[in-house]
Amino acid sequence: MAIGLSHYLTVSGILFTLGIFGIFLNRKNLIVILMSIELMLLAVNINFVAFSSFLGDLVGQIFTMIVLTVAAAEAAIGLAIVVVFYRARRSIAVEDINQLKG
Amino acid sequence: MIAATLAFYLFAGLAVVGAVNVIFQRNPVHSVLWLIFTFFNAAGLFVLLGAEFVAMILVIVYVGAVAVLFLFVVMMLDINIAVIREGFLKYMWAGLLVGGILLAELITVFAAWTISDSAEGLRAAPTPDPSAMSNTEAIGQILYTDYIYLFQASGIILLVAMIGSIVLTHRTRPGVRKQIISEQNARRPIDTLEIIKVESGKGLQ
Repeated sequence: MAIGLSHYLTVSGILFTLGIFGIFLNRKNLIVILMSIELMLLAVNINFVAFSSFLGDLVGQIFTMIVLTVAAAEAAIGLAIVVVFYRARRSIAVEDINQLKG
Repeated sequence: MIAATLAFYLFAGLAVVGAVNVIFQRNPVHSVLWLIFTFFNAAGLFVLLGAEFVAMILVIVYVGAVAVLFLFVVMMLDINIAVIREGFLKYMWAGLLVGGILLAELITVFAAWTISDSAEGLRAAPTPDPSAMSNTEAIGQILYTDYIYLFQASGIILLVAMIGSIVLTHRTRPGVRKQIISEQNARRPIDTLEIIKVESGKGLQ
């Protein structure tokens, strides 16, 4: 059985769902939530590259690199915020982050 | 052909196993290591798809930079592993419900996906023949011409992220004595020295 577009899309769907599941599950550690977001971005990248490959259009791969850039920037800023928050509250549990409630 | 099929199932299966472990590990350090594992397998999938350049970029950027950054921060913060799993079951069912519905929808959409015949004519940058031009060269030829503004914009995004994270984490601690050269240079004798005429027999008070 030849590997088609649907196989890659299914893998990326599973990875995306696992990312969402990770966000639901980890209420004690903000860093694992950031990792889940990275997983979801990876699933999106797999989608882009799969379509790019099966359609024969290189723009998908260009866009993958832009997504990669944004993911790296997001990780840097997110981890910086986590470090600042940890300095202030000595905890990174999601339940403790309730000071932004309006 | 059979080798490519086997390689796909190997990389895809290991990527999913890695992603599951990222979520379920108790220790965040192990989570990061499994994340690195997942990214390596995703890079393998990219190679199978013929996108070698993006695969190598994925390994360099994610494993070399992002995952190491995660590892630094995880090891820097003192997190209690024992309490980390509190309330695990409480959110498990909500997560399973949302995740299950989402996965069913995604697979319903993806499983029957076919590319339209007219899509061929709508391609913005058709992939050149791999025997004539490598993937890296083809990407380079359109990245630095047609998509130069996008390329510059991503550079600006990285610059802003760098400045932002430095500004966020930088702090001036009290009690640290640092040399401030401008203050030293601005010091004048009149501010610090005083000439007192001492009268004989009285002395200073």
